[in-house]
Amino acid sequence: MISFSNVSKRYPGGQEALHGLSFSIQDGELAFLTGHSGAGKSTLLKLIPAIERPTGGSVVVGGQNVAALKRAAVPFLRRNLGLVFQDQKLLYDRSVYDNVMLPLAISGHAPQQAARRARAALDKVGLLGRERASPIQLSGGEQQRLAIARAVVNRPSILIADEPTANLDAESAALILEIFVSFNRIGVTVLIATHDEALVRRYAKRVLRLAAGRLVDDAAPAAT
Amino acid sequence: MRSWLRQHRQAVRAALGRFAAPRAASLLNALVIGVTLSLPAGGYMLLANLRAVTQRFTLEPELTVFMRTAAARADADAFGARLKADARVRDFRFIPREAALKELQDSAGLGDVVAALDRNPLPDAFVVRAKDPRPEALEALAASLRAAPSVALVQVDSAWARRLGALLDLGRLAVALLSTLLGAALVAVTFNTIRLQMLTQRDEIELSKLIGATDAFIRRPFFYLGLLQGGAGGLIAFAILRAGLAVLNGGVRELARAYGSDFRLAFLSAGEAGALVAFSAALGWLGAYLSVSKYLHEIEPK
Repeated sequence: MISFSNVSKRYPGGQEALHGLSFSIQDGELAFLTGHSGAGKSTLLKLIPAIERPTGGSVVVGGQNVAALKRAAVPFLRRNLGLVFQDQKLLYDRSVYDNVMLPLAISGHAPQQAARRARAALDKVGLLGRERASPIQLSGGEQQRLAIARAVVNRPSILIADEPTANLDAESAALILEIFVSFNRIGVTVLIATHDEALVRRYAKRVLRLAAGRLVDDAAPAAT
Repeated sequence: MRSWLRQHRQAVRAALGRFAAPRAASLLNALVIGVTLSLPAGGYMLLANLRAVTQRFTLEPELTVFMRTAAARADADAFGARLKADARVRDFRFIPREAALKELQDSAGLGDVVAALDRNPLPDAFVVRAKDPRPEALEALAASLRAAPSVALVQVDSAWARRLGALLDLGRLAVALLSTLLGAALVAVTFNTIRLQMLTQRDEIELSKLIGATDAFIRRPFFYLGLLQGGAGGLIAFAILRAGLAVLNGGVRELARAYGSDFRLAFLSAGEAGALVAFSAALGWLGAYLSVSKYLHEIEPK
């Protein structure tokens, strides 16, 4: 469960990014976070893995108040989260396979088990067979799928994606969202930030709408 | 425990990869470290050789008294009697001029020279051992012997050995100073390499932090890289010394043969060579440690 209570974030320059946000996302839920660019979507997402800390309120993830988490405990919080970034952050000096192996090396998995998991993750995003390729050889949609494979290889209970379909054609974007939905179906909590309202409307899922750092709408999924 | 070992193995492998990467300057840096270290290590090696040589010479409180060449054998006998009576003299040995000439004739390379002489240019001599080994006492004894009319020259044999010993102590101090300075330079070189390496891998470090890497995990390959670079530098210094010694010994052999000696400069002992490499590796590790401690916190995902 992810639970925000009265969360504010003011950047050192005095710029106020979030004001008094309160909401919860239940285990196994899939929610979209929408709003114009600059509405505070990225800031909100960064509070969950403690990339940024709130200046007020509390952010509770899996029973821990992330806002008060010690520096040394942060890596262990992040290992239980799958993060997909807007700019993907792939390592271009190593193969597709090694990109997916990195989280497993970090969490110290035994090689055979790690190899199995990496192949399973690549299989889920349809990149099995491209393991030896360099990320540069992949299309934009494939790179995003690789980023997803890397995010899920540790089998996190929460998956967070920031604009995963930005810069993708409609077909690739739909494929990416299908992948997130399939992970949600097996019980993973998913939170996706996007400014693509049209895409969001296609799914009957909860939508949190941000405007100027405030939660202006929290629409429950329409009946399906 | 197994996971811990595995992570160290992975870190070593990553460090090896970075060390050998063609774009990385690690090998060049190792060369710089090796050349830098070969200076004090070479100085140490030469000093050790010199010390071994001086230890072969006696440090006994000996004086050599040379009589005037004009002095008759009777004068020498009189002087001998005087030495026997002197309470400061423990014992003495008389070397007649004929024996000295014979010795010179037998010694290498000088036979022809001696044969060409029309008369014996050597004086009678006494080798005198004093009871009191202190330099002041020796000098006092030398002064009083010098005053005898038939004496041409009194030489305090141990004095130059003492002076050389003092000079060697000074040399050792200089080598220690040089080692300290160049050791600091070595740490600085590693510090800078590791800093640059961290900057090139900035994306990877940021990403690793984002997906749950602990600081220890991120630090580890850099520590190993510093250790590896320092150790390789130590090995290069070893090779430089080895090659340098071979070249020097070529010259030394020629020189020694001319003097009828088979003297050779000795290389570092296995322990000393091991210490050289270990010391260099430790300094590399220290440079990496300082660099990582300073810069790791500056690379944070935004």
